[in-house]
Amino acid sequence: MYGKGLRPLSIATAAMLAVSLALVFFYAPLDADQGFVQKIFYIHVPLSIVALVGFVVGGVFAIAHLRSGNSRWDAYSYVSIHMSVIFGAAVLITGAIWAKASWGHWWVWDEPTLVSFLIVFLMYATYYPFRYAIEDRDRQARYASVFAITAGAFVPLNFAAVRMAQSLVHPRTFGTANGGLPGEMMFVFLVCLATVALLWVTLVKFELTAKSASGQIKRLRRALDAPDSRAGSRIAPEVG
Amino acid sequence: MPPLAGLTVLFGAPALPLDEAGKYVAGAYIVFAVLLVVYVAIMAFKLQRMERELSELASFAETRNDGDR
Repeated sequence: MYGKGLRPLSIATAAMLAVSLALVFFYAPLDADQGFVQKIFYIHVPLSIVALVGFVVGGVFAIAHLRSGNSRWDAYSYVSIHMSVIFGAAVLITGAIWAKASWGHWWVWDEPTLVSFLIVFLMYATYYPFRYAIEDRDRQARYASVFAITAGAFVPLNFAAVRMAQSLVHPRTFGTANGGLPGEMMFVFLVCLATVALLWVTLVKFELTAKSASGQIKRLRRALDAPDSRAGSRIAPEVG
Repeated sequence: MPPLAGLTVLFGAPALPLDEAGKYVAGAYIVFAVLLVVYVAIMAFKLQRMERELSELASFAETRNDGDR
């Protein structure tokens, strides 16, 4: 049962979202350099961190699937990647808005951070056609797991390569020679990061619950539609 | 306290400069909210479909039980 604990988790997420927004707009100080535009940082960076970690988590679940052969791990892997792709889309859009506000351009092609994230996003966008091009469910799960592990290993390597590259305009927020964020900004950022991570977990659980319910309905349909069914009649085929 | 004092405080807050930068910040947060709403809407659509399927299966099971009696 994936739905267990979903309600308190959802309430906690909604409360955290409200607290985070209040902190961002009423507590966090204005950035001396960028001013009000820097508020995008509190949504853009946590989304990108959670999306990238989510891709790696999808790879870890895929390892568990290949080791155990349990399809539950494949479902976890699929949903983790699915949710991270959605978060990734939000990262690209919020990043483009921030870039336009700060640099005057929606996109800068010679900026390694932007292009590398786009590459990771597009790579994971191919996960869906790759997965659903295979009809046999066991093979589909196995091949998807191999993809998730390979791509999941690429994510930290890609991140490390970008950190080592000479950035032109994209800021390095953490571990720079000039120091990190001031205390109040760091506090708000960490709260936002926890909120986005909680949102990711809630949505993953939500999606898994929906998939589980859908699977149970299909099982029920098959049981009622079995050849030794007492009525012997056929019911409508599965949808989707 | 006047009835709209809360709104006055909200829009008068120094952290909310509703100028050129404000529209970009609002845009970024609206994108995030819209994505969430679209996701919830898709899940609601799926839930409706599941409810319809369950209702169909329940009627089928009831019809079969009536036929057995």
